[in-house]
Amino acid sequence: MYELKFKEKVCATCPSSDCLLKCQYMSFTGQKEAHGEMMKVVKGKDSRVLNECVTCYACEEYCTRGNHPFYLISERREEKGMFTAPRPITNQWVNMTVMQGKYLVGDVKDKALSCCYIPDLGPLGSGEIFKDVASAGVFGAEFMCPAVHTHFARMSVIKERLPVVIENYRKLGVKEVICLHDECYGTLTSIASAYGMEVPFKPVYYMDFLYERMKELKDKIKPLGITVAYQRPCSNRLIPDKLPLVKKIFKLIGVKAPKRVYQDENALCCAEILRSISGYKLADDVQKRNIDDMLKAGTEYCVFNCPACQSSLSEKVSKRGLKPIHIIDLCKMAIGEKGREAVL
Amino acid sequence: MSDILKSLIEIVGERGVSDAPEELWFYSRDPGVLAPHKPDYVVAPKTTEEVQKIVQLAGRENIPVVPMGNGMSLAGLVIPLKGGIVLDMKRMNKILEVNAMGRYAVLEGGTSQGMLKAYLQKNHPTLRHSLPDAPPTTTIAANVALHGQGRLTNQYGFNSDMVTGLEVVLPTGEICRIGSPSIGPYWFSKGPTLPDLSGLFLGWLGCTGIITKVGLKLYPNKKFRDVELFVTDRVDLVPTMLYKLTHLEILEDVNVWFQPKPLMFLGNYHITMFFTGDTEEEIEFKRKMIWDSLQEFMDSKDGGFMSVQYMKSALLEMPGRTIADFADVPKGGGFEYSGPIALIEHYPKYAAKVVELAEKYNVLYASAARLISGGHSMMFSISFAFNRNDPAMMERVEKALTEAMTFALDMGGIPWKPNFKEQKMVMQRMEPNALKLLMMIKKNLDPQGIMNPGNWEVTP
Repeated sequence: MYELKFKEKVCATCPSSDCLLKCQYMSFTGQKEAHGEMMKVVKGKDSRVLNECVTCYACEEYCTRGNHPFYLISERREEKGMFTAPRPITNQWVNMTVMQGKYLVGDVKDKALSCCYIPDLGPLGSGEIFKDVASAGVFGAEFMCPAVHTHFARMSVIKERLPVVIENYRKLGVKEVICLHDECYGTLTSIASAYGMEVPFKPVYYMDFLYERMKELKDKIKPLGITVAYQRPCSNRLIPDKLPLVKKIFKLIGVKAPKRVYQDENALCCAEILRSISGYKLADDVQKRNIDDMLKAGTEYCVFNCPACQSSLSEKVSKRGLKPIHIIDLCKMAIGEKGREAVL
Repeated sequence: MSDILKSLIEIVGERGVSDAPEELWFYSRDPGVLAPHKPDYVVAPKTTEEVQKIVQLAGRENIPVVPMGNGMSLAGLVIPLKGGIVLDMKRMNKILEVNAMGRYAVLEGGTSQGMLKAYLQKNHPTLRHSLPDAPPTTTIAANVALHGQGRLTNQYGFNSDMVTGLEVVLPTGEICRIGSPSIGPYWFSKGPTLPDLSGLFLGWLGCTGIITKVGLKLYPNKKFRDVELFVTDRVDLVPTMLYKLTHLEILEDVNVWFQPKPLMFLGNYHITMFFTGDTEEEIEFKRKMIWDSLQEFMDSKDGGFMSVQYMKSALLEMPGRTIADFADVPKGGGFEYSGPIALIEHYPKYAAKVVELAEKYNVLYASAARLISGGHSMMFSISFAFNRNDPAMMERVEKALTEAMTFALDMGGIPWKPNFKEQKMVMQRMEPNALKLLMMIKKNLDPQGIMNPGNWEVTP
């Protein structure tokens, strides 16, 4: 069984305790308390962090010393038999993502286009932008990144399933896997690395692919001239080095993203997982603050990276006058492949 | 051509009668496990007077008459156990009146659920009726005749409680109106404040007369309708959860279900709650009341709300298609369920019995219970799907259903739409004076025993 490579000394000598001090869902009196609580987690002792963490993933980004505070919190919770979400919800997620041999594999050669286990990703990975790889789609639990189980503190599921997923890709003989799901890329890079799992192919982040393709299609781009708010997904905290790509893509297609309170490192989660874990009060509060902030910034569109965020927020932003759209569709709009009315 | 056939053609015309083998084959069966039995004739009347003449003819010739809606009871209730005439009511499908202010409709006895739904949507969009989760071709009169339930049953009771008057052709051929239409032009009450004679026909499965017109309560059709889905793996907590939910008095329909497939449903009990409102604020207010009522179970990690975004359209569909999907899992078109009306506190025992029976008889199970009248009882369905081309599987299902009914009766439950075998099981346990009363009613109304014979047939 794989084990988390967590460096206790790095944590013990941390001068900032940013992992907890920057947390938007827990409060600490200062660095001393935050450090003390994190060290309790490190030592396997009881800590209020284990009860209060809402699983937003952000501490993975806040820690700039190469440790993995969120994975550790999830490990400790599981060791103690704790549940973040209600037990039946946790088990439901475990059951619904079991590999049952019901997967789809397209015309895969050197490259595969991963649609994870999310049906909405298939239609996104189409058209001019994906014309060379669309036929190489793969879909199913056998190719699903199991990172979602970190929300439920079931790292054992990840340790059991991720090597199988990696092996399934290896058997396809691919050199590159283009991950349409942000979380897949985070899983194949951050989580696999944290647990010492070897990935025998190159994971490609879809926004890298998107950016390169849009540069190639530059002649077809008609600047959109719109203002947007970007909804950063939790899994993007696993790969913060990829965040600048969003702004690069926006610039390329003539989209403005006015400065907001809740953006980049300070982004708010889509909150659907918070609803599952603790009820509607925190989730409603987070979503309201988030959408208020989008409107205050004068944006017209809410741009999504993750289909799960899109599913949880689309109706809510629409009701308040914002148009929900995935960033791939935004790019398709810029090259005239998708009409603006399509998102209404 | 027989004299009876000629007489039937004289009554309804040639296109309304058949004794063709393919027609008789079709009318001899339903999707359940009961063995088919052919009628001698199939007749489709268009008017109450035609029904009257057919019944009078049957009386003269002493042959059975089996009134039929869409034949989807799944319990063989319109299989002509002793042959005779199957009276297909579907051509009597007029919506005769909608009194919008009085919130009731008057319909002919073969009007389908789908027709009334479509009619109201088009002509009275602020009104609706309690639609059962049956195919839209099923008929309203048949549904109330078997004490059906629908999407408003938690709020307002059995669909038969929603009847506001009846027109019935008695086994003697007399036409009789029941309730307020018996003394005036309005169809607003089936009984009160008069002696409630509707009980002589509702629940009798066509054994005491043929419903040719039915008055039905309509209810406000709110602008918004929404759903929440709560899951738990603690079956022992389900009754308490339901108690807390029904205490809210805001839910129009509450279903509790569990099934082993697909895997995401394995091991959990699901409570689906439907609620409505005229504004988004009303919906959100009710949603919060629902979440608050179950918060303690979230806190203890014993239960939680599922995100229903991806399932919402399917859940809100009326009628729902998920039951039909389940029925098709083993292929072969077979589906039957035992649906006892039970106390909610007995839910855990019923749930355990379903799994026990499925394992014992190696059949595919699903169970979906529906709360009745704000939690006074529930219909607990023990459902089995099967391949009609697999006699061994059908036999196993029949045994499982019989055992389920025995269990339900042992638990003090009462069967919903029991087939003739289950009716006998009920009558064997019935208090003697109640059984005597039942016999008196049946004998007095149908002295020749020609109405749907074999059903509620009391043998001393």
